[in-house]
Amino acid sequence: MTKLHLAVALDGTGWHPASWREPDARPAELFTAGYWVDLVREAEAGTLDFVTVEDALGLQSDRPDGPDERTDHVRGRLDAVLIASRVAPATSHIGLVPTATVTHTEPFHIAKALATLDYVSQGRAGWRVQVSGRAHEAGHFGRRTLPVVVPGRIDEPATRAVVQELFEEAADYVEVVRRLWDSWEDDAEIRDAATGRFIDRDKLHYIDFDGKYFSVRGPSITPRPPQGQPLVTALAHAEIPYAFAARSADLTYVTPADADDARRIAGRVGTRHVFADLVVFLSDGAKDRLDTLDRAVYSSDAAIFSGTPAQLADLLIEWQAAGITGFRLRPGRLPADLRSITRELVPELRRRGAFREAYESPTLRGLLGLTRPANRYAVEARVA
Amino acid sequence: MPKQIHLAAHFPGVNNTTVWSDPAAGSHIEFSSFVKLAQTAERAKFDFFFLAEGLRLREQGGQIYDLDVVGRPDTFTVLAALAAVTTHLGLAGTINSTFNEPYEVARQFASLDHLSGGRAAWNVVTSWDAFTGENFRRGGFLAESDRYSRATQFLATATELFDSWPAGAIVADRDSGRFLRDGDAGAFRHTDAHFDIGGRFNVPRSPQGRPVILQAGDSDAGREFAAATADAIFSRHGTLTEGRKFSADVKGRLARYGRRPEDLLVLPAATFVLGDTDADAAERAAEVRRQQVSGPTAIKLLEQLWNRDLSGYDPDGPLPEIDPDVSDAHIARGRASVRMHRDPIATAREWRERAEAGKLSIRELIIEVSGRQTFIGSAATVAARLDELVQNGAADGFILVPHVTPGGLDEFADTVVPLLQERGVFRTEYAGPTLRDHLGLAR
Repeated sequence: MTKLHLAVALDGTGWHPASWREPDARPAELFTAGYWVDLVREAEAGTLDFVTVEDALGLQSDRPDGPDERTDHVRGRLDAVLIASRVAPATSHIGLVPTATVTHTEPFHIAKALATLDYVSQGRAGWRVQVSGRAHEAGHFGRRTLPVVVPGRIDEPATRAVVQELFEEAADYVEVVRRLWDSWEDDAEIRDAATGRFIDRDKLHYIDFDGKYFSVRGPSITPRPPQGQPLVTALAHAEIPYAFAARSADLTYVTPADADDARRIAGRVGTRHVFADLVVFLSDGAKDRLDTLDRAVYSSDAAIFSGTPAQLADLLIEWQAAGITGFRLRPGRLPADLRSITRELVPELRRRGAFREAYESPTLRGLLGLTRPANRYAVEARVA
Repeated sequence: MPKQIHLAAHFPGVNNTTVWSDPAAGSHIEFSSFVKLAQTAERAKFDFFFLAEGLRLREQGGQIYDLDVVGRPDTFTVLAALAAVTTHLGLAGTINSTFNEPYEVARQFASLDHLSGGRAAWNVVTSWDAFTGENFRRGGFLAESDRYSRATQFLATATELFDSWPAGAIVADRDSGRFLRDGDAGAFRHTDAHFDIGGRFNVPRSPQGRPVILQAGDSDAGREFAAATADAIFSRHGTLTEGRKFSADVKGRLARYGRRPEDLLVLPAATFVLGDTDADAAERAAEVRRQQVSGPTAIKLLEQLWNRDLSGYDPDGPLPEIDPDVSDAHIARGRASVRMHRDPIATAREWRERAEAGKLSIRELIIEVSGRQTFIGSAATVAARLDELVQNGAADGFILVPHVTPGGLDEFADTVVPLLQERGVFRTEYAGPTLRDHLGLAR
């Protein structure tokens, strides 16, 4: 059978807000390198395709309209690109896909940061593109004001125009980043002692992007990275982000409620890879216990699975048949549910012939069966 | 006890001083080169590793400059990765205060400081040129006269963000269910002419509290900025006389900010060539300078003063008879050094006289005027010279710039450092885990 792909979404001590209170959680170490290295090595031991690292340009909050004053949930996080980079030399095969926000940042900086992550990981870099519609994050930059957008209602007419604009900007942003990655041809560095030239400047290209939101001249200061273009991924729940992902991403994360929903969504998403997000609790009663501790029933944009690894394997295979190519599992608890994934779910899937026995490629694109993209400028040069 | 010397390793940059044509020269972009230099520096107990930055590829005569090393990694990303392969070495990055925003830069430095266990340093640089701005959202929005006011406010804002989480803000007490001590951790509000921002910073206080602040400007405004805010200042003044003058100047400015002379370290950038004997080193130094200034490079460097296309001139022939073009549009773009030629016509006259007197070709003249290496000699000579400069108040230490990547520091680490240690002026073990510990700075 076709193998399915598996990723794990790392965030704090896990996706349940009370997960930090679990006996094996390490909440006091969240801001140390060792914490992240241990998690990613665990994921690598399970031969997972990649990990994502959540991030945002603002403090976590339980309110959609700004920061809260809560003291009982994890607050604070480190920059995800830097976590991924710190982890890269300590791992060898697993893909590293940090979240980076496009709304308030510079495409030039993000392009070189992800290219550099690809260099330090020798071809394992990816990017989860994050659009920020959060008014309080805009306030951290002071360059524009945004109305409060409630997640889950982005297709409503009142917010649609704002959201449409944010995603148009995101599409321009990804276009600029991809052009910057291509702005050096692979063989631009020549070190020609005879003429004294370090590069062949005909193989460096101005990208000359001139759009509604910004213009960028280029070329990048960083040569084309090992994968040519690191993997671009995006989470999408509705029509506007589906369209954005189809245009801009290599892989889309979606949030189906069940297999039928998975079939419907998979048919609408235009990327080669469609990963379903699932929050997973792989131990009896774990979610209920944490809900009690939190005095609230945890809910999520993604479906929540509670059960055994064998039951989860059943579900994954059923959804795979509905057109899902892989899964991004959000462990309810770290490290507990991650360990259940690598030590129980993965062997179960292997027994069924549904998951790799060992890493078969040194690059993230390779693990996902994606080719190294041709350089648009090299192609143009050949045609001309 | 003699004054202790501080040493840093500068990853070779994108100037002609970096000899990429050397048979030993390796990649300037593969991570392995960064690992090699950083691990050599750490083995030699250096204070920190340093990365420069340039946010637009240089051009000359309207074309991308192709004779020097071109291409470099993202500063934050490569430093975070180096934190994985070193344990004590400080990790210093140059980050521009014009084409960034304080919230983002503060969280990147705070993150780097966490991920490295307290080893981050920030070389705060300013720029204003529209040429670099073409790569960014806001373009060339800043007037030259405003660049230090933006840098000052940028750093002040970032500092407020670093300080917005008190130490001990995270209690993470499972039993009581209290993660944060206070519900308003990270709250900030900053309003000035450049920034109007407020909200909650999202990175808890880092091991050093804030990164070590470095500053490299040599102008009066740059020196004042350093005196007000920096922990260390780079300089170009590596001789005894010039170094003492510079050091006295910047340290003399500290009192008005309530700071003591030891609160600002003066670290000139320094190049070096070693040899078995002083004569051997001098011979190698001359050869290195010939490598650094090829014929084509000599013409390009001459163009930077003349501000004209001189591609028709023979590098082995005499200097141009015509005078430099002193119009505003400059042939070289993205290069700070061109502004150092304050009176091009006078400098050109001086160069011509020097060439005529010494019967020098263009290339020979450029080799002469582009300066000797800071330290040339046997390991014993260089160690003695370094020590002399530091003990006599010309510097607190040096940022060493090797001319070959990535192995260019090996010889210094193996031969000069042990002699400095024997003299009792350089550490044999790191005294603490953080860069502030190495530099003797308060947290």
